[in-house]
Amino acid sequence: MKTTSLMIVGVGGQGTLLASKLLGKLLVSQGYDVKVSEVHGMSQRGGSVVTYVKYGDKVYSPVITEGEADYIVSFEKIEAARYVSCLKEGGRIVVNTQEIDPMPVIIGNTVYPTDVLDTIKAAGVNIDAFDALTLAEQAGSSKAVNIVLMGRLAKYLDISKEDWLRAIESTVPERFKELNLKAFELGYSI
Amino acid sequence: MKKLLIGNEAVARGLYEGGLHVVSSYPGTPSTEITEFLSKYDDIHSEWAPNEKVAMEVAFGASLGGARTACAMKHVGLNVAADPLFTLSYTGVTGGMVICVADDPAMHSSQNEQDSRHYAIAAKVPMLEPSDSGECYAFSKAAFELSEKYDTPVILRVTTRIAHSQSIVDVGERENVDVKEYVKNPQKYIMMPAMAKKRHPVVEERTKSIAEYAEDCPFNKVEMGGTDIGIVTAGDCYQYVKEALGDTVSVLKLGIVNPLPTKLIQQFASKVKRLIVVEELDGIIETHIRNLGIAVEGKSLFSPIGEYNQATVKQVILGETAKTVACSAEVPVRPPMMCAGCPHRGMFYALSKNKVTVLGDIGCYTLGAQMPLNALDSTLCMGASVSGLHGFNLANGGKNKTACVIGDSTFMHSGVTGLINVAYNATNSTVIILDNSITGMTGHQQNPTTGYNIKGDPAAKVDLESLCRAVGINRVRVVDPYNIAECDQAIKEETAASEPSVIISRRPCVLLKSVKAKSPVKVDPDKCRGCRKCMTLGCPAISFKNKKAVIDHTLCVGCDVCKQLCAFDAIESEVR
Repeated sequence: MKTTSLMIVGVGGQGTLLASKLLGKLLVSQGYDVKVSEVHGMSQRGGSVVTYVKYGDKVYSPVITEGEADYIVSFEKIEAARYVSCLKEGGRIVVNTQEIDPMPVIIGNTVYPTDVLDTIKAAGVNIDAFDALTLAEQAGSSKAVNIVLMGRLAKYLDISKEDWLRAIESTVPERFKELNLKAFELGYSI
Repeated sequence: MKKLLIGNEAVARGLYEGGLHVVSSYPGTPSTEITEFLSKYDDIHSEWAPNEKVAMEVAFGASLGGARTACAMKHVGLNVAADPLFTLSYTGVTGGMVICVADDPAMHSSQNEQDSRHYAIAAKVPMLEPSDSGECYAFSKAAFELSEKYDTPVILRVTTRIAHSQSIVDVGERENVDVKEYVKNPQKYIMMPAMAKKRHPVVEERTKSIAEYAEDCPFNKVEMGGTDIGIVTAGDCYQYVKEALGDTVSVLKLGIVNPLPTKLIQQFASKVKRLIVVEELDGIIETHIRNLGIAVEGKSLFSPIGEYNQATVKQVILGETAKTVACSAEVPVRPPMMCAGCPHRGMFYALSKNKVTVLGDIGCYTLGAQMPLNALDSTLCMGASVSGLHGFNLANGGKNKTACVIGDSTFMHSGVTGLINVAYNATNSTVIILDNSITGMTGHQQNPTTGYNIKGDPAAKVDLESLCRAVGINRVRVVDPYNIAECDQAIKEETAASEPSVIISRRPCVLLKSVKAKSPVKVDPDKCRGCRKCMTLGCPAISFKNKKAVIDHTLCVGCDVCKQLCAFDAIESEVR
């Protein structure tokens, strides 16, 4: 099987690391060769963060470059635009429409470009944008936004829902299991 | 058993299985997790040392005492530990010793992108470089035997992409190795001129022996494909080459990068028409090959700056660039920033307000350099804020209000020596210790000021106030950085004092589990005049919507610093 390339992008502190941990575990259980790459340290302090996940028969490079990603899951609206050039032709981007102001916006040097998703659509990209934050709050916590987004990604990947649920159960702490299973279901079905 | 491990965890597993007894390290991205994972094994001794020099010397002593030892550090940490390294090369080891160093090409979390391979060459010690987690594991495990066989410390070099990428590792069992009996050996271990002169030829002979080993080293491999181009590479670059070019080229992948093999390279070069080295940062393998009289290309094609990837290789070798989505959206930058409720913010605000020239240091508080606080004037290396301030005041004393800021862990690392100099050579320097009770930026490691060791068990705690007084500072005061007026007064008084002083700005990191958030504050839109005064703090919880300040209750931890700035009492605590 050729390599599938998947990116998770967002803002440091949004829970992208747990999402990539879940994906890694799931993909290994499917028997794939898997590489997951993320950068720790400074960028985790509210900066723009990116995780690369690649799987197939044999994966070499742990990183994804321009025009290579089959899927991008963006945890925040403008982060989708920041990384959309990594998408390959015919690739798909899943976007949480939540807006988090970066520092230049906070201090008034520039405004938040609220219309970025229209620009991405106009470029002919397959985009699935929805309010994952509200669904996470429905599930019981704004922190479950990562699992809501994984639920949505699951619709597009060729892996059974049962395997996803098993991977969630083995990744999240027992006391948050119900919350996260609900969050997954909301992302998957709505 | 097959597991998905980040490179650093795989290194830890390899060291553990290889019979490691003692590890001593100082945290530094991207090396930190090696020691964090090792600390989970109860059958080895693990510790955070105050700095990398101490860590390497502990590892030396443990090796002298017969144990298998390791230390881990980032590339700039190896600068700090360079002193023991160069002479450790002469003494060699009793128990096997592995020095793990993590380079950071592209400077994801570093102040420079120096290439640590130069150290292996300069200190004449072997260096291994893995290209995925599987090799991190295998090389680390094998490094002890290499170390003991050739009587030398072995450096294991990883880069950010190897250290922080997960790939599949087939882990095994721990080898039970006994600590060797100590036998006094002054000729080998007392490096005074008479003995050191006898050890240097041993080092030169050893290098020859290891170079022979490198010819047949199982960590080097040749993968023949197309012979128009032959690539020599190592580490993460191997992965980029394979992904970009597959078997259209032949590849010599080196696992030992010092000393480099000669015959192996000559044989490989003879089988291909064009020889190219793909290596990040400096052209070290390329220079070696050129010195063998072989025609080779490398840095004439590839940049000595930053990281590569498969696209770099495709572009340089094939002249191909990727097709990308044509999307014209302009996106504002999103740099990292201090967290909402970060205790550093109040002190930086007060420094900025007092127009103080501030020499900075290495840690989360380096982010105080960014807008809107713009509170720093320099950042060089660990500890340089304190010694640098003394020098600055010698040049500029009295003309500017000056101070320096340094975190608790960084002060322990190498700030205290600078403070001794400030007291001893007497400048009117104001040293501000930002004591947030943890090593922050690297992800919350304990240090000698926190009162806990690497396992989280209670430990001796450095009393910063007493320490500062003991080195000769008379003016030592403690402030709460959540209290702007208190910080402001301390800065005014201490920078005006006619003797050295220390301000300890004390408040635990807001991300610590032991720190409980208070009720968030909110803006009363009727009282808010939209003056943006609160926005000058650069707090990520505060934004500006419809000409009024708005506070995000999910981010706010109720530090109340913004409340103290508001002239219109528009910010009030939310009642929960």
